[in-house]
Amino acid sequence: MATPAARVPVAKTYKIYIDGKFPRSESGRYFPLADRKGMVIANICRGSRKDFRNSVVAARKAQPGWAGASAYLRGQILYRIAEMLEGRSEQFVAELTLQGVARRAAQKEVEQAIDRLIYYAGWADKYQQVFSSVNPVSSSHFNFSVLEPTGVVSILAPNDSGLIGLISNIAPTIVGGNTTVVLASEKLPLCAISFAEVLHASDVPAGVVNILTGYRDELTGQFASHMDVNAIVYCDGDKTVARAVQEAAAENIKRVINRAQFKWSEAAAQNPYLIHDVQEIKTTWHPIGT
Amino acid sequence: MARPENKLAFDDGWQYAPAPESTDHIRIDKKYGLFIGGDFVAPDKGKYFDTINPATEQHLSRIALASEGDVDKAVKAARKAYRAWSRLKPANRGKYIYRIARIIQERAREFAAIESLDGGKPIRESRDVDIPLSAAHFFYYAGWADKLEYAFPGRRAKSLGVAGQVIPWNFPLLMAAWKIAPALACGNTVVLKPAETTPLTALKLAEVIADAGLPPGVVNIVTGAGETGAAVVTHPGVDKVAFTGSTEIGRVIQKALAGTDKKYTLELGGKAANIIFADAAIDQAVEGIVNGIFFNQGHVCCAGSRLLVQESVAEEVVQKLRDRMETLIVGDPLDKNTDIGAINSAQQLEKIEAYLAIGQEEGARMHQSSCAVPDKGYWCRPTIFTDVSQSNRVVQEEIFGPVLAIQTFRTFSEAMTKANNTPYGLSGGVWTDKGAKIFKMTRGIRAGVIWANTFNKFDPTSPFGGYKESGMGREGGLHGLDAYLKLEA
Amino acid sequence: MSLAAVKNASRLPDLSRVARVDEVGVDERVARFQTRSIKKASKIEALKLILSMIDLTTLEGQDTPGKVRQLCQKAIHLHDEIPGLPHVAAVCVYPTMVGVAREALKGRDIRIASVATAFPSGMAPLSVKLEETRLAVSEGADEIDMVISRGAFLAGDYRKVFDEIGTIKQACGGVHLKVILETGELGTLDRVRRASVLAMHAGADFIKTSTGKIQPAATMQVTLVMLQAIRDYFYETGRMVGMKPAGGISNAKLAVHYLVMLRETLGSAWMTPEWFRFGASSLANDVLMQIRKQMTGIYQSADYFSMD
Repeated sequence: MATPAARVPVAKTYKIYIDGKFPRSESGRYFPLADRKGMVIANICRGSRKDFRNSVVAARKAQPGWAGASAYLRGQILYRIAEMLEGRSEQFVAELTLQGVARRAAQKEVEQAIDRLIYYAGWADKYQQVFSSVNPVSSSHFNFSVLEPTGVVSILAPNDSGLIGLISNIAPTIVGGNTTVVLASEKLPLCAISFAEVLHASDVPAGVVNILTGYRDELTGQFASHMDVNAIVYCDGDKTVARAVQEAAAENIKRVINRAQFKWSEAAAQNPYLIHDVQEIKTTWHPIGT
Repeated sequence: MARPENKLAFDDGWQYAPAPESTDHIRIDKKYGLFIGGDFVAPDKGKYFDTINPATEQHLSRIALASEGDVDKAVKAARKAYRAWSRLKPANRGKYIYRIARIIQERAREFAAIESLDGGKPIRESRDVDIPLSAAHFFYYAGWADKLEYAFPGRRAKSLGVAGQVIPWNFPLLMAAWKIAPALACGNTVVLKPAETTPLTALKLAEVIADAGLPPGVVNIVTGAGETGAAVVTHPGVDKVAFTGSTEIGRVIQKALAGTDKKYTLELGGKAANIIFADAAIDQAVEGIVNGIFFNQGHVCCAGSRLLVQESVAEEVVQKLRDRMETLIVGDPLDKNTDIGAINSAQQLEKIEAYLAIGQEEGARMHQSSCAVPDKGYWCRPTIFTDVSQSNRVVQEEIFGPVLAIQTFRTFSEAMTKANNTPYGLSGGVWTDKGAKIFKMTRGIRAGVIWANTFNKFDPTSPFGGYKESGMGREGGLHGLDAYLKLEA
Repeated sequence: MSLAAVKNASRLPDLSRVARVDEVGVDERVARFQTRSIKKASKIEALKLILSMIDLTTLEGQDTPGKVRQLCQKAIHLHDEIPGLPHVAAVCVYPTMVGVAREALKGRDIRIASVATAFPSGMAPLSVKLEETRLAVSEGADEIDMVISRGAFLAGDYRKVFDEIGTIKQACGGVHLKVILETGELGTLDRVRRASVLAMHAGADFIKTSTGKIQPAATMQVTLVMLQAIRDYFYETGRMVGMKPAGGISNAKLAVHYLVMLRETLGSAWMTPEWFRFGASSLANDVLMQIRKQMTGIYQSADYFSMD
């Protein structure tokens, strides 16, 4: 209860993040987020299929430029995201505890998220060296295979994780030159939006990462069926939902990546194969001769 | 073809005013100690030597001369630090190296100015090439620290121990980065000896390393001359030797290490052939020649110091080259418009001038650009030799200056033969619009780095190193990790 | 075939032997020009030289006699507060405005350039292009800026493009002809080089990058390729040809980079308005502001420089 002299705090409005801007949902809908005691912490945007549509347009527009940036630059940007997140650790710890995470666990989660960003920053200019090949074909041709980003990736972030699950999927996706539209956890959405603010401060070009909040059951179908999305990542274990995603994805032969088995707080949950998951392989032949 | 009476004039009309880089924000101490065990300490024999600005011959600073005793102290400090450093969580090693990269970026301008003052290279090169590449090198290898399990299939990567590293004066900070970054990322500790004429940026790097909070003794910098280098390389406490310098010294080092268990890598001299075919994009090829031999004053091991040009376009190429040489500005390294700076030392200038005399004695035709050069300092104008062949000394031997030997060829296989007809094998260049020819040429040239339609391009991800007497081992890229690891089954 | 075409037939150059151009190499050379640091006296000298090389331009569907008179006024009075400024080289207008410009510039040493040949598209029959050219010349134009037929060029009909240039050149009489390649539509630097060679052999007095009506207009890359073509043509024939980048050069800093590029490619002989022009409209004011800044040490505001 505020005493006469006490300062009245300013409550934060949580919007969504599309094309480098923070609009509200075009539908104007929201849902309340309550803490354990039932107090409303925030009104969360209930993202619509039009928000998703606009996000895909933004992601598609941004993709060639992002993929065309040098690997070194992408690595530097991811490192910068880590720097920005480190500077704001306290805010993220506070948001996690507000949403019911124990303080020590929240601190550990934020530290791990930062370190995971640095981990993937370091892969930016190396995964190509590990996964590409020069192929010794029998004819007089120089033949080489390289990885190329698949394009626009939609991500259904793990519902049970407020931060580490989100970052564990965004980082390996964008470090490889893809752009993405992410549906935040419905249960623990706050950090996703604050993370959007961190991205915004880190030289990440508009449209590379787009973050929506909303009801999972309303939006999953969109994330899975949009014809201009190249791959979908989903992380929750419900087998009915998984099957529905796979069926909808088949319409444009979307690549489907199931990460339900990952325990995001474990060390094994970071490795370069998560980058590889959303890459295509291109092979080129060139004659050798005068 | 061109008529001799149609000439272009580059020496009159609008000229560029001096555009000096400001140096009022940089700090060079009057005296530097040795960086051992995390601190700057006095040399145990109390001896110092001078480092000067080769463009003005002005004194810059007094530098500690490390004795055998000092080197011993440094190796012991590195050994002591190795215990904890090699056991650190790899991601944490990476974080320390990232800090070094970031601080270099923050202090980039200061580093660039000092690099040019100490070594003679133009500020534009230090600012646009040396310093950014140095930071990028640390950034690249920082990322490998916790990823070594992916670099060598079927092998567990283990650090070696203490690395003893000796570097040259042509890219002082960059060579320090090429050596220190992979060594640290792989869990080793370091004793590094910078070149005698260019110690300053290595010492400023020591300050960065201290500011980055690296545990004391992980990196040690011992300044000195040849004797200090020999002490580092032969110290029994050093597990791995890395040397960049002349083939002559490389030979001495390899002999000295015979019978020991030390691993070593050597990056030595070169006499690269830059090959221009008639179907090349000629104007860009001419720029490639200039890039290959005149920038950095030709003080580049992988310099394109032999031009092999297909006879049908030779006259055109040489004429355009001569025009381009006339627009090259030789002068104060701190002037932002300078293209070619000072020769690094009086000693090196003497060597170059000896070769200019040899070339003329051998009957070669010498042509130099007509630009003015300052009175004080060490200078050499861009020079070309024509009427030379494989048997000329100026074609065979590394001059390490802005001096190009030009020969013609008629067929593809003749070019290939001439290119390979040398004990060196560091690099090569091929200029043609035909892709297939590029791949055939790169398959046949016995050199470690081949540039097609470009020259002198470096990147932390791209492995660099020589065949034959240009040395062994690679620096840069995934392959550059190999030198600093034990790979166990 | 017209008489002109017969005369030209023997001079169509063998375009398959035109030099190849490596785009990445060109980008690198351009980047190097941009690191030149032009300061103090050499900066002021450059800025004044740039002013003297400007073709002050208005080529809008909405041009009126009033607009053209105002442009000419600006050409004469760039910024009277600064004494000793050179005047611009020329004004550039549509043929129907040449008369207005002539009247407004009577007695002045500023030339009048007129576009012609169905500028900017070039999509009209030769007869129409000829008539337009003759009109502009008879109205008093000192220079004609023509466009090449890009469609014919891209379809490989070099003979047609070559003959057209020759024919227009004849219709110019002694009036100086600039040939616009419209580099933004040619696609590659190889084609820019080829078009340059073609235009010069066909009789161009100047080769010009663009109409300024499409993107991209002039770039340093296409300009470098054209300058190199001019250099090689000069070596081969002894004839000097001028060069004009047009469109997209709106600030002084960029214009100075172009001067550096000119100087280091062709040397001092081309560093005059007789052989090099900037096709620009807003460039002049930025140059004036930079001159003012050099003189006073103070950064300027656009509010103090007339926009006619």
